[in-house]
Amino acid sequence: MNIPQDLKYTKEHEWIRVEGNRVTVGITDYAQDQLGDIVFVELPAVGDEVESGDGFAVLESVKAAADVYAPVSGTVVEVNEDLEDDPALVNTDPYGQGWLAVFELAEGEDLSELMTAEEYQQFLAEQE
Amino acid sequence: MGHPIPLIFERSVPGRTGYSLPECDVPEVPVQQLLPAGQIRQEAPRLPQVSEGDVIRHYVNLSSLNHSVDTGFYPLGSCTMKYNPKVNETATRLPGFARLHPLVPERCAQGALELMYNLEQYLAEITGMDAVSLQPVAGAHGEYTGLKIIAAYHKARGDHKRTTVLVPDSAHGTNPASAAMVGMKIVEVKSDCHGCVCLEDLKAKVDDTVAALMLTNPNTLGLFDINIAEIAEIVHNAGGLLYYDGANANAILGKVRPGDTGFDVVHLNLHKTFSTPHGGGGPGSGPVGVKAQLIPYLPAPRVVKEGDQYRLDYNLPDSIGKVHSFYGNFGVNVRAYTYIRMMGGEGLERVSEDAVLNANYLQARLKGHYHLEYDRLCMHEFVLSGKLQKAHGVRTLDIAKRLLDFGVHPPTIYFPLIIDEAIMIEPTETEGKETLDYFIDVMLQIAREAKEDPENVTQAPHTTPVSRLDEVGAARNPVLRWQP
Repeated sequence: MNIPQDLKYTKEHEWIRVEGNRVTVGITDYAQDQLGDIVFVELPAVGDEVESGDGFAVLESVKAAADVYAPVSGTVVEVNEDLEDDPALVNTDPYGQGWLAVFELAEGEDLSELMTAEEYQQFLAEQE
Repeated sequence: MGHPIPLIFERSVPGRTGYSLPECDVPEVPVQQLLPAGQIRQEAPRLPQVSEGDVIRHYVNLSSLNHSVDTGFYPLGSCTMKYNPKVNETATRLPGFARLHPLVPERCAQGALELMYNLEQYLAEITGMDAVSLQPVAGAHGEYTGLKIIAAYHKARGDHKRTTVLVPDSAHGTNPASAAMVGMKIVEVKSDCHGCVCLEDLKAKVDDTVAALMLTNPNTLGLFDINIAEIAEIVHNAGGLLYYDGANANAILGKVRPGDTGFDVVHLNLHKTFSTPHGGGGPGSGPVGVKAQLIPYLPAPRVVKEGDQYRLDYNLPDSIGKVHSFYGNFGVNVRAYTYIRMMGGEGLERVSEDAVLNANYLQARLKGHYHLEYDRLCMHEFVLSGKLQKAHGVRTLDIAKRLLDFGVHPPTIYFPLIIDEAIMIEPTETEGKETLDYFIDVMLQIAREAKEDPENVTQAPHTTPVSRLDEVGAARNPVLRWQP
């Protein structure tokens, strides 16, 4: 299972790349494998404000439709429009071209709750 | 392997027709004089040119490809695909019901109104509710109606902060969907290690914004939530209401009444529990029952009895209004009424006993060969996991496809979401031991094949008119119409 070292993770199987007060969010390799072939991605609109824990995107696979929960509070500043035409990118390149959205962090947003790669690996091991 | 059936368009032969019209007996007028230029087509529509015989053979052959409960075993979990007795059809086709216009004066529809009134009474009795509306025409429609009633109740009390609906993680997907349609926020409640609602999680999530908890009992794992009294107390103490999703009511007829275990609103799926056609053979019916304090908000009109006469009451100022044209799917309700009258109270109790017995028999014989996450007595259905087979590279989807080779409709798969590689099996009460044993033999053979000859399973089905379909391709690049 691919778990890049430079990212942060959540228990909902999202990854977060932090760059200043902006974060890029996607789902992990484990999450895409669990969902199976993704056939449709519903993304938020740029400018949407989300609270941590809110569903901000929907991934639909042949098995199920799953909400993706915002790992942070903030404003959507960019979404991955390529996914509309090619939702399979979430399966083939979950940490790269399969990213979902970029958020600008709300003021005072605390990222210390997020897991490191080691912590996420351990979390996955406990799930099995 | 059968022959692929061509599309009706591919059967078309130029000039062939299936009709001959008599000569026109009124003066012909050029179409240009009748219609504005923009509305006249420039070329003839490309309709298939076929004879009557071509059409009949085409559609009869297609229909013979259907798997139905009349042709084979259909253990589709949570759908209760029980046999639909043919006497239901006989009753529905009585001309007094079948040919009744929905707008005839009430005095000419007394029999139909009496049937609706009595069916409401029966369903209220079965669920322990005070009143029922037959208007919703599907399970999810019943949920929507029930939640609208709950929202209206809170609003009428001036309690405007109740905008949250609690939904367990084992719930049917329709529960959060219905809550969202009513404009509620959905909060998920976790399951405990017994597959029941986690009381600690419920306590942590319940507050004065909670409009209702939606619960299916037995739940989608086929397990009866034994903490229901405590759950009801927690939700009621916080000022919320309890919604009963009746999808699994086939397990409790005559045994437990939702109204006696603290539920305030319930919907039933007549197309599941009460043997009306289901799954493409619909339409459905999802009546909603409520406790006394919610009666004013039921959909209008309501059937009322005055002396020995029945009438429709539209004068319901607090009603949430109509949720369907006329009075719901009347023909479906006639079938359910017939079923209840044919079975009687004792018969309905036997339905649930046999449904639970059949499910437990299958569970006992299949566990060990397939992983069983919650190993306890089940109700009318149970959920296996394809985990053991996954180790051999065989997924639950493959097992489902292989079942097709044996003339068995696959169970529900990959649901509930909390079970990895879920296989949700509901045999219903209408299957005899021979059918159950056949299914067990088939499932054991597939489990063996998964170990010894996994490719035979992963490439199934082998005997159906078409082999494995590209479901991903169909979802990503749907071809929605024929083009020459």
